[in-house]
Amino acid sequence: MYQGWNGFKPGKWQETIDVRDFIQTNYTPYTGGSQFLAPATARTQRLMKKFQHLLQLEQDLGGVLDIDTHTVSSLLSYKPGYLDREEEIIVGLQTDRPLKRGVNPFGGIKMTRDACRAYGYELSREVEESFQYRTTHNDGVFRVYGEETRAARHCGLITGLPDAYGRGRIIGDYRRVALYGIDRLIEEKRRDKAALARGEMNVETIRLSEELFQQITFLGRLKEMAAMYGIDISLPAANAKEAVQWLYFGYLGAIKEQNGAAMSLGRVSTFLDIYFERDLQNGILTEEQAQEIMDDFVIKLRMARHLRTPDYNELFGGDPMWITEAVGGMGEDGRPLVTKNSYRVLHTLYNLGPAPEPNLTVLWSQQLPEAFKTFCAKVSCDTDAIQYENDDRMRPVYGDDYAIACCVSAMKVGKQMQFFGARANLAKLLLMSLNGGMDEVKNQRVGPEHEPYKGDYLEYGKVMELMDFYRPWLARTYANTMNIIHYMHDKYAYEKTQMALHDTSVHRFMAFGVAGLSVLADSLSAIKYAKVRCIRDPETGLISDFETTGDFPAYGNDDDRVDSIACEQVELFFRELQKHPLYREAEHTLSILTITSNVMYGKKTGSTPDGRKAGEPFAPGANPMHGREKNGALAALNSVAKLSYDVCRDGISNTFSIVPDALGKTEEDRLENLACLLDGYFGKGAHHLNVNVLNRQTLMDAYEHPEQYPNLTIRVSGYAVNFHKLNREQQREVISRTFHTKM
Amino acid sequence: MERPAEGRIHSFQSLGAADGPGLRYVVFMQGCPLRCVYCHNPDTWDPAGGQAYTAAEVVERLRRYRGYFGRKGGVTVSGGEPLMQPEFVGELFRRCREEGIHTALDTSGNGNLQRAETVLEYTDLILLDIKFLTQRDYEEKCRGSLEQAERFRRMAEGRNIPIWARHVVVPGLTDGREHIRALREYLKEWRTLEKVELLPFRKLCLEKYRDMGIPFPLENTPEMDEQALAGLA
Repeated sequence: MYQGWNGFKPGKWQETIDVRDFIQTNYTPYTGGSQFLAPATARTQRLMKKFQHLLQLEQDLGGVLDIDTHTVSSLLSYKPGYLDREEEIIVGLQTDRPLKRGVNPFGGIKMTRDACRAYGYELSREVEESFQYRTTHNDGVFRVYGEETRAARHCGLITGLPDAYGRGRIIGDYRRVALYGIDRLIEEKRRDKAALARGEMNVETIRLSEELFQQITFLGRLKEMAAMYGIDISLPAANAKEAVQWLYFGYLGAIKEQNGAAMSLGRVSTFLDIYFERDLQNGILTEEQAQEIMDDFVIKLRMARHLRTPDYNELFGGDPMWITEAVGGMGEDGRPLVTKNSYRVLHTLYNLGPAPEPNLTVLWSQQLPEAFKTFCAKVSCDTDAIQYENDDRMRPVYGDDYAIACCVSAMKVGKQMQFFGARANLAKLLLMSLNGGMDEVKNQRVGPEHEPYKGDYLEYGKVMELMDFYRPWLARTYANTMNIIHYMHDKYAYEKTQMALHDTSVHRFMAFGVAGLSVLADSLSAIKYAKVRCIRDPETGLISDFETTGDFPAYGNDDDRVDSIACEQVELFFRELQKHPLYREAEHTLSILTITSNVMYGKKTGSTPDGRKAGEPFAPGANPMHGREKNGALAALNSVAKLSYDVCRDGISNTFSIVPDALGKTEEDRLENLACLLDGYFGKGAHHLNVNVLNRQTLMDAYEHPEQYPNLTIRVSGYAVNFHKLNREQQREVISRTFHTKM
Repeated sequence: MERPAEGRIHSFQSLGAADGPGLRYVVFMQGCPLRCVYCHNPDTWDPAGGQAYTAAEVVERLRRYRGYFGRKGGVTVSGGEPLMQPEFVGELFRRCREEGIHTALDTSGNGNLQRAETVLEYTDLILLDIKFLTQRDYEEKCRGSLEQAERFRRMAEGRNIPIWARHVVVPGLTDGREHIRALREYLKEWRTLEKVELLPFRKLCLEKYRDMGIPFPLENTPEMDEQALAGLA
């Protein structure tokens, strides 16, 4: 037995790679309150000061501190880097200097080149030259894309596709590095590869064999990378500090190798708690030291960076990495998975100040310990930096060792992965259906030809018929596009490090998405319950505007007449997608999530029958359109809760802003009421909630005086941003959103 | 005449955290016999306004919010003046009690007191708004009656229903130290009093008055300062 396992209860986790079994056998649930937590040490404060200085510099330089344009990022391409070699507890940087960004052209060289230029750098000749002889993911995709995909992309009917950079949304089980050490992981992968070689060689097995070869190679490199820092991770970690360090090296290897859109962390805090508890029991660690290790770890996570183009940053409000950590939840045996370390990781928001990363996600269950619910509510009220997802809804599907990739995508850690696929714009689908396949903004053919809508007034039945014609076409085009993207990503930018930290045989999801749901639902409601007259552009003949008279029920008021339309449209689209077989037999999933791109989607979409004018923003994710909720906050929550998670297994994002007074008169009332609100919402089977407890005045003041709010963090759609990193338009959109107030 | 179980309702607020304990679904009844100088809901005065609902319809809505109520929350019927429609409110509360939903009545204690017992029978908590401390002020500044409010309070005490006393604090009108002390003195004799809430005068209603084309008597009175209010508590 490994020495690192001393004191752990034995189990089948020792025989096979089974982190869940290790956790279940060894963890200590904690049902008490937050009083045990330790404040930031002087050391942590010194390091934070240094880090903040670098952050300021980075911001002053337009968002990027430095780029190494000569070195292609990978596990071994940089010398070790430090924030403060003397004082750091957890070591390892992506490049040789803090906040310096590497280049990673495997997803696409154009993106890398443009990003360098945008910040006043030029991608070096050696990198350009070496990639002349290399196919990137982006090259591969565009070799195969058909006309329909190109047009749908161009018009923004399908957007945000991961075809020019890393796809991300894969979570390596970084805990395996700590629990088993690299040697054991390599041994297991070698065994799997040998077994494969004894069977029949076909397209599937040949591809997997080559992937295993790469996985094994990169596990070896991970070990070498750690050795560059003077640390040997061949064997299991022997104490808490080592466990955090080993695990972090796993994550670091992944983000050196891949510049995926979302590089999430998984579900590590309760796993790590087992190590902290062992050290605390053995008297070799104090609470203050335990917190210090977690604080240091989180500082490292906050330093992670990818090189993106300004367009990308504009779309997502800064350059988020979605380092999502899932906290809490319940075990299948009914014990809460809340530990003291669940508190510690949330407490970093106090010790280090609020920040968007890591993207702390509380897995909410009605059964969570009351003290933990109250603590989470307090963290929300104080920092606006955490989000909630419904454990009671996900646990039956994914078990009790799943995590969240990006914002709302659940998957079993190390056993499932997803092919990320951005989203289709459903509001545009409606307009395209009315216009016989023409794009209403660009006056360009997107879909197949069909007779456009005749007549001046829109009739629900006729509109449905047209959508029924174009929906299958969109689903087919979307599925084809996704199959191409992920075939090419596997071929040219395979995630070797992350997949080495998965079982060899994994389950794959293909995550489709939709945007503009509330606009579509309200538009169809207007057509059904009010009178909508078409206004045609005299030059193009396209229906380009609408005149809507009379009242119609709007999504967000708990009114089944329109909420059922929203549910129906989502389900219809999903069922259409399901008709198409997917690459590597992936399982279809769907999300309703826009991140901050709801502003951009709106820009690319013409006027809609709900009264929204051309170019105006959509509501984010599954949110109701702002200003249309007339019955208060809970009615709005109830509308969103009706959307079926069984149809949208990739998540349903809802962002909720409320002024403190509307939540209660005293802090005690507010915390209790927020916990009740979450119990109520999730009790209805809803999936996700971002919570902001703040006054609109605060945001307006931050809009006018950004310098006074450097750390103002708000939840947007599945993640948090620094308010000052949003562009002016996005800031205005956030301010204009519904803030639930008291009457 | 309407059927007895139908009520005229101004609006619903699905998230109320200021009108009773916990999270509450608030039903604003239409129609009010008072004309408080500081009234912030003039659109609820007209008894013929609003929309008619049966108690069953309102309960149907309420059921959708049960999950949010937790241990403390429930329904609050406010207004307008709920006691102007005692049959409806009584029926609504009766159904709520059947379902185990906590009921709170936000009232001035003015209204149809003959029929108020039908409401009180199913009321778990009363938020009793004491407008002023003298009968004269009541008559002059809200066209109501302190004596009626008193009578209503005794009816509630007779049933041992807990009461939260509420009082709107208006600068220059009800914000004097002496006045607040007198208020506390007066409240001492309330047998089932659980809590006293001093509510700050606000002017968010100005727009409503303008839309309705009627003057707001306290247009030139400043809003109540939160800190000064805290100083009175």
